Amino acid sequence: MGKLTGLLKRRGAPETHTVLVCQGTGCQSSKSDQIQAALQQEIVQLGLSDRVKVKSTGCHGFCQRGPTLIIEPDGIFYTRVKAQDVPEIARCHLDDGQIIDRLLYQHPGTLEAVSHYHDIPFYKKQQRLIMRNCGQINPEDIQDYLDTGGYQALRNVLSGMTPEQVIAEIRRSGLRGRGGAGFPTGQKWQFCRDSAAPQKFVICNADEGDPGAFMDRGIMEGDPYTILEGFTIAAYAIGASQGYIYVRAEYPLAIKRLRIALKQAREHGFVGDHILDSDFSFDVTIKEGAGAFVCGEETALMASIEGKRGMPRARPPFPAQSGLWGQPTNINNVKTLASIPVILTRGAEWYSSIGTETSKGTAVFALTGKIANSGLVEVPMGTALRQIIYDIGGGVPGGKSFKAAQTGGPSGGCLPADFLDLPVDYESLTQAGSIMGSGGLVIMDEATCMVDIARYFLSFTQHESCGKCVPCRVGTKQMLEILKDITTGKGRAGDIDLLVRLGNSIKVGSLCGLGRTAPNPALTSIRYFRDEYDAHIRDHRCPAGVCQELA
Amino acid sequence: MDAITLTIDGAAVTVRRGATVLEAAQQAGIYIPTLCSDHDLEPYGGCRLCIVEIEKMAGLPTACTTPATSGMVVRTATPAVNEARRDIVALLLADYPDDCPACTGDDRCDFHQVVAYLGLDEQPFRRLHRSIPIDSSNPFFERDLDYCIACGKCVRTCDEVVNVDAIEMASRGYTILPSAFGGKPIVQSNCISCGECVVRCPTAALMPKERRLPAQEVKTTCPYCGVGCQIYLGVSDGQVISVRGDRDNDVNRGLLCVKGRFGVAGYVNHPERLTLPLVRKDGALRETTWDEALEMVAGRLAGFGKGEVAVISSAKCTNEDNYVIQKFARTVLGTNNIDHCARL
Ligand SMILES: Cc1cc2nc3c(=O)[nH]c(=O)nc-3n(C[C@H](O)[C@H](O)[C@H](O)COP(=O)(O)O)c2cc1C
Ligand code: SF4
Ligand code: SF4
Ligand code: FES
Repeated sequence: MGKLTGLLKRRGAPETHTVLVCQGTGCQSSKSDQIQAALQQEIVQLGLSDRVKVKSTGCHGFCQRGPTLIIEPDGIFYTRVKAQDVPEIARCHLDDGQIIDRLLYQHPGTLEAVSHYHDIPFYKKQQRLIMRNCGQINPEDIQDYLDTGGYQALRNVLSGMTPEQVIAEIRRSGLRGRGGAGFPTGQKWQFCRDSAAPQKFVICNADEGDPGAFMDRGIMEGDPYTILEGFTIAAYAIGASQGYIYVRAEYPLAIKRLRIALKQAREHGFVGDHILDSDFSFDVTIKEGAGAFVCGEETALMASIEGKRGMPRARPPFPAQSGLWGQPTNINNVKTLASIPVILTRGAEWYSSIGTETSKGTAVFALTGKIANSGLVEVPMGTALRQIIYDIGGGVPGGKSFKAAQTGGPSGGCLPADFLDLPVDYESLTQAGSIMGSGGLVIMDEATCMVDIARYFLSFTQHESCGKCVPCRVGTKQMLEILKDITTGKGRAGDIDLLVRLGNSIKVGSLCGLGRTAPNPALTSIRYFRDEYDAHIRDHRCPAGVCQELA
Repeated sequence: MDAITLTIDGAAVTVRRGATVLEAAQQAGIYIPTLCSDHDLEPYGGCRLCIVEIEKMAGLPTACTTPATSGMVVRTATPAVNEARRDIVALLLADYPDDCPACTGDDRCDFHQVVAYLGLDEQPFRRLHRSIPIDSSNPFFERDLDYCIACGKCVRTCDEVVNVDAIEMASRGYTILPSAFGGKPIVQSNCISCGECVVRCPTAALMPKERRLPAQEVKTTCPYCGVGCQIYLGVSDGQVISVRGDRDNDVNRGLLCVKGRFGVAGYVNHPERLTLPLVRKDGALRETTWDEALEMVAGRLAGFGKGEVAVISSAKCTNEDNYVIQKFARTVLGTNNIDHCARL
């Protein structure tokens, strides 16, 4: 790369800049709002107001390096910016065109500075469809969204497509639900379309309760418009006149931005009566969820909207037949809905060319744990774990070696290094004993005890179990007790087999997805790290040195 | 009747459309273990004991929540089903005290019956213990939640059947339990002590304070009010010791109120209860026969003209008896002065 300090090419000509300041939850917590205010002030003082625009954006995904800002048109990316850096940025860069080296991203391996946003490996290897506008547009200004071609999909749909044509297009695209189970979206819409009823509902599931997951939050904070646009198209396709966005109350910024987006969409005639002068009317209500993990399960979520206790119920009947208040209801995840506008503007053909045979499009992951670059990552389905972890994530820091990748959060499993070349899609993850889930991806290094991890997840699911059904309520408690015994040196011979037997009974016996997947972290860690369990039980030894009583 | 036919364990069963697989099986006399379903309550699907195999359906659906459909093929007791059921019951038992006060050794207890049906021969799981204080605050029943399996029947009964909502399921996960508002003693809630929850509780968690079992039962009408609920009085050694509503009767369909369920034995057995008519002779009340008493009353009434007497009847008579007494007053005695103890 060489020495980067120097003059930019266009030095001399009166430079116009747009500074994109990240105002996602991550960057705001490290005072990016104050940085933006200071920058604005500095620009005024330097008399740069007519050629420098400052714009708030949502999350760029690289929260670990926040607060971040990007200076367009060159795409210079500054990381970990502090308030005291602001005068220098204004004077040297915005006025003088000098790049400030020390604020550039440094490659963790080579220690080289990378100036351009698009050259940073974290971004270079990603393909951003769902998050295409995140970090680029001002999430509180609909005009910005419209300038990127926003609401073109809805215009096309309302001016020339029947609901059946919309559903056919989504079916052709191969889009599958991003909420966890991966159900084909077009088919789901068709079921609901086929249910005859005077009133139907659509729900956007923005409950996102997995520990460590923040994909949906990032999208709501970064581009609420595309979610609303997709939601409106979904309503048109199934014939719903009312929609609910169910967001967890712990996401105040996302809720605020959704409210602003909804208000602006209403003012522009994208939501409300006779949308874009068509016969189609649709309104949206934002519901704040109380934050129980199980309320993300669709039937529990609907009970919660109805004002009842958030407990799942047995299906059939499915929501498409009898959902909210007994009416046909279609429920989709935030990312599923955010995929709709881009599919309809660029076509099903194009979309289905991305991804694998059975899993189309892109997957969004919240990459966390023992990883150099943590943050939000969007890659084509079928990308190998290795690419995500090493090329994008920059590998395991601190000279430690990789031990396991945990996908699917508390419902998923821990995959060892043998699976690094596994193409990440719905089928391959399920085959490996884990699940795609909604996108949590936690990296674990050699200092992680897999029994302890299983214990952690079981204590989470036990705590979050709604308590309705016996296998989940009492079964996860038993698994947790057994795992606690093992991690404290009280494991008994036969405990591993008992965990497997019990885990399988819980999976087949439980009412909802929470119980049906709760044993996964324990079952996969037994499958791939059985020797660690043996060491704990037989030798009273914790190979990773984590379990205190056994050290 | 709009009927459908399905196959359960090889037998063709015809049921009304809308029936669940469980109802279809019960109609055909096929036993499926259950702990959380009740014919008065909405399908729940919590205990998971009624899981079955159904062709063309994934996993093991619960019979109590799955609507029966035409041509459905159901198997109720396959090895996979019973294996999962045994683990479920073993999980409950690992968490259930060994000394069950409800245990009479017979099949009165639903839980006992289910355990017996599944033939549990091992307990692979860890022994868990709870020790929640017993709530004896209600005069008629006790609540010992160490025996609670959180089937939710009591809460759903109070909501769906009684419409009182005195209790709710509180907390979640392993610690979920029925609770009166704010975890207070049940007597401080708006519980009306009807005991409908006690009747439905499948374990010893909710037990009447009177636990003796009757030697025989006598079918009769509840003597407390004009509704005419049909009851079975349980009798032992000449004493009424229990009351049970008659589910097959259209008047009350098995439901009772606090007086019928818990109040009958008390006054029937009371030493001061009148069992013979009394007449006042020489300033004192004396026992006499019905013939003599009626004779005397008829004789005295004959001495009055129209409108000169008043008749007071009782809320403890049936509607039919009250009808007859007003008819008697108006047409025989010729008086419109008729009233009722409930107005006094
Ligand atoms: C315990 C549990 C929690 C869930 N949480 C979420 C969630 O937070 N967000 C979500 O979109 N789906 C969640 N789901 C999946 C939903 O039930 C439902 O399948 C999904 O919203 C469907 O949307 P999709 O078809 O777009 O994937 C959860 C499921 C379970 C069993
Ligand atoms: S599986 Fe767990 S969370 Fe789901 S209904 Fe049963 S107890 Fe509730
Ligand atoms: S008290 Fe009885 S009826 Fe109520 S939840 Fe517990 S076991 Fe069920
Ligand atoms: S009786 Fe069906 S789940 Fe309990």
